[in-house]
Amino acid sequence: MVRGITALLVCQLAGEITTRALNLPAPGPVLGMLLLFGILLWRGAPDWLDQVGQGLLRLLPLFFVPAGVGIMNHAQLMQTEWLALLAILLISTVVTMITTAGALLILSRLAGIRKEHEGATKSY
Amino acid sequence: MQPKVTDIWVYLAQTPLLWLTATLVIYYLADIVYQRVEQWPPANPVLISVVILITFLTLTGTPYQQYFDGAQFVHFLLGPATVALALPLWRYAGRLRHMLAPLCGALLIGSLTSIFTVVILGRLFGVSDITLRSLIPRSVTTPIAMGISEQIGGLPSLTAALVIMTGIIGAVIARDLCNHLRIDDQAARGLAIGVASHGIGTARAFQMNPEAGAFAGLAMGLNGALTTLLAPLLVRLLGL
Repeated sequence: MVRGITALLVCQLAGEITTRALNLPAPGPVLGMLLLFGILLWRGAPDWLDQVGQGLLRLLPLFFVPAGVGIMNHAQLMQTEWLALLAILLISTVVTMITTAGALLILSRLAGIRKEHEGATKSY
Repeated sequence: MQPKVTDIWVYLAQTPLLWLTATLVIYYLADIVYQRVEQWPPANPVLISVVILITFLTLTGTPYQQYFDGAQFVHFLLGPATVALALPLWRYAGRLRHMLAPLCGALLIGSLTSIFTVVILGRLFGVSDITLRSLIPRSVTTPIAMGISEQIGGLPSLTAALVIMTGIIGAVIARDLCNHLRIDDQAARGLAIGVASHGIGTARAFQMNPEAGAFAGLAMGLNGALTTLLAPLLVRLLGL
């Protein structure tokens, strides 16, 4: 377990350093994710990393709770426009989800990609 | 001599233990209820936990900063958990490579839709200019969204609150919306959830299906980078 969490933190740290050194728009953990993805493509995922990763990802919703409570700091800011804001966020989230999923399905069809091909591509 | 209840409260309120434990206990219970009601969307555990904790803090007059002193230990784990998203992504790397071109196209369309819908709706509902600018990056993960907001003349702190609200809305509606529209391709589900509602949506996508979660995590990261490029450009083009 120590090994797994250490590996994840090392990737995150490398991401934080990179994003600051190169002044990139992405946050450190996102760069860390891409870095780890690259390493996994190269070396594969060992069991000890997989177990820790899966354990953390199962709890992912919990980790957003402290930031979520931060909404209380903006209660005053939102008081006047909250109904409009809620409507805007709800409608735009629905439209964005539908458009994105629809675009992917249509573009995949145009590119002639069907789900059956999935098995063939997994082998390389 | 028996210590008074208020003495105990004064002691507890000063240590991180109280709010750390409160966060865990409340989430744990909220999740049990959520499973009991067969993941009924309005009972989303993040939503319920946030509402209960804000109510507690308000009733006890506890400032957010004091709460966060304890809850930061939970918050910290967001970092390594985000890095861990590489694992499911790697597991579906074959599918990812296979549909790379449509994926990039859909990402661009989704990112543009997210910005345009907010601008149009914002004008329609007549929100103030500064609110509109704060709304534009709302579907991107918090640290990126705050940076964009600052750059285009919004209020980063307001953006942070809007980002969280967007994430919770996305997490609440994701499953039913996909089911109603018969979007059953897991990659399409994940991509849509990740683009529209970043990390909180991604967390929900994981509960739905590991493949959807993998694509949501990827979409969240790439949409963050894309919106950083697109938002300032569109704000200038639209003359906001």
